[in-house]
Amino acid sequence: MRITCPHCGARDVQEFTYLGDASPSRPDGLEATEAAMFDYVYQRENPAGRHRELWYHGAGCHAWLTVTRDTRTHAIEAVEPTKRPKAGTAA
Amino acid sequence: MRYSIFSLAAQTLAGHRGWKPAWRDAAPKAEYDVLIIGGGGHGLATAHYLASRHGITNVAVIEKGYIGSGNVGRNTTIIRSNYLLPGNTPFYEHSLKLWEGLEQDINYNAMVSQRGVLNLYHSDAQRDAYARRGNAMRLAGVDADLLDREQVRAMVPFLNYETGRFPIQGGLLQKRGGSVRHDAVAWGYARAADQRGVDIVQNCEVTGLTIANGRITGVETSRGPIRAKKVALAVAGNSSRLAAMAGMRLPIETHVLQAFVSEGLKPVIDNVVTYGAGHFYISQSDKGGLVFGGDIDGYNSYAQRGNLPVIEDVMESAMGLWPGLGRIRMLRHWGGVMDMSMDGSPIIDHTPVDGLYLNAGWCYGGFKATPASGFCFAHLIARDEPHPVATAFRLDRFATGRVIDEKGAGAQPNLH
Repeated sequence: MRITCPHCGARDVQEFTYLGDASPSRPDGLEATEAAMFDYVYQRENPAGRHRELWYHGAGCHAWLTVTRDTRTHAIEAVEPTKRPKAGTAA
Repeated sequence: MRYSIFSLAAQTLAGHRGWKPAWRDAAPKAEYDVLIIGGGGHGLATAHYLASRHGITNVAVIEKGYIGSGNVGRNTTIIRSNYLLPGNTPFYEHSLKLWEGLEQDINYNAMVSQRGVLNLYHSDAQRDAYARRGNAMRLAGVDADLLDREQVRAMVPFLNYETGRFPIQGGLLQKRGGSVRHDAVAWGYARAADQRGVDIVQNCEVTGLTIANGRITGVETSRGPIRAKKVALAVAGNSSRLAAMAGMRLPIETHVLQAFVSEGLKPVIDNVVTYGAGHFYISQSDKGGLVFGGDIDGYNSYAQRGNLPVIEDVMESAMGLWPGLGRIRMLRHWGGVMDMSMDGSPIIDHTPVDGLYLNAGWCYGGFKATPASGFCFAHLIARDEPHPVATAFRLDRFATGRVIDEKGAGAQPNLH
């Protein structure tokens, strides 16, 4: 599997580290209910098909990328730079 | 027909023309008391224990492919109960005890072989961790022996002891661990359940769950609707998809795990050996092939095939542990899709939908758990209360903070 990094071009998947589903966004830790925090930390859609997910290009440009990939075929539809930092941002 | 030395002798004299199919290929009836979705090891075991221990025989197991086509035929066949945490140890020990009596219980030769599972350690800290785990096991009545390097060398002299990057210092041995022929587990449970009247329905894919007023009433399938008083999910790898049909999300990601087998060899390794400095383990099948595996590929996947980086990683670990393997050819490899749960431990519990039960989240370790998983799931379905050894495997433990994180990796499923 190769990921076409917008900064570095097509690179082997070994250069990247996987984090997971890109859709959960961290609630404000001071304001959030327990249920919202539980939902963010543990619950996942886990779809069979189109999946937007976060990859880190550790052996390349050190950018976080949002990859749209089919979990049934591993075919990659789109790779974009991730807009927001992953942690510490309010929803 | 009961299998025995006498039935074998009679069939031998009759030219083996009288053997019957081991189970009926049933068509679905309109209604069942209990409908089990998933004809893998856990689903078939659940049906067997429902019928044999609880007298519930109006049961169907429905399977989208053929039985044994999923993870029960894709694992590396290892059984063991060498767990540390209180929620896990009694459950897996119950499973190992069931393995020990399985062949008599189901009248089927599953080739249960207690050849010993040896976990190697490579540092003082790892030795201390293994000593702690071994002590926890012994306190729970499980066998465990901490070996030093020379004791390990006497067992498996061909490993790389001194010159590797991570020299072997010793190991934690569970003598009662071993391996089982996995296909025979599916077939044996199927036959035992079938003989008590359970319908095994193959090529029957669930397309929807029928829920009215918060209670399940049946399922929609590719072979038509089936009504059921209780529905039980045992569909590891696809648990999230089935749960979504009931409007639920689960603390699970689906990942692909690969396994490998070499060309057939004369007996070279008597035990199951696991490498402590990387994720790698190896044993030898009765057919002669070396069976080995390592990490999951590490990203969400429903494809039952993996990618090359993990193959390279597994082979590097193999060479680090046992350089003599370098001349052996790999025969084939395959992938199965796992329910990787958020704490690395399984779920056997009710769901918020009345009459819908969930058995999921087995991560790397579903095969060894097959008998106890079926036993405890059947107990839950029949009595509506958890079996005493499975009380920790609750669905709500993630919300309440009672996770069972054997590896201490946190809510990152690809690290368990």
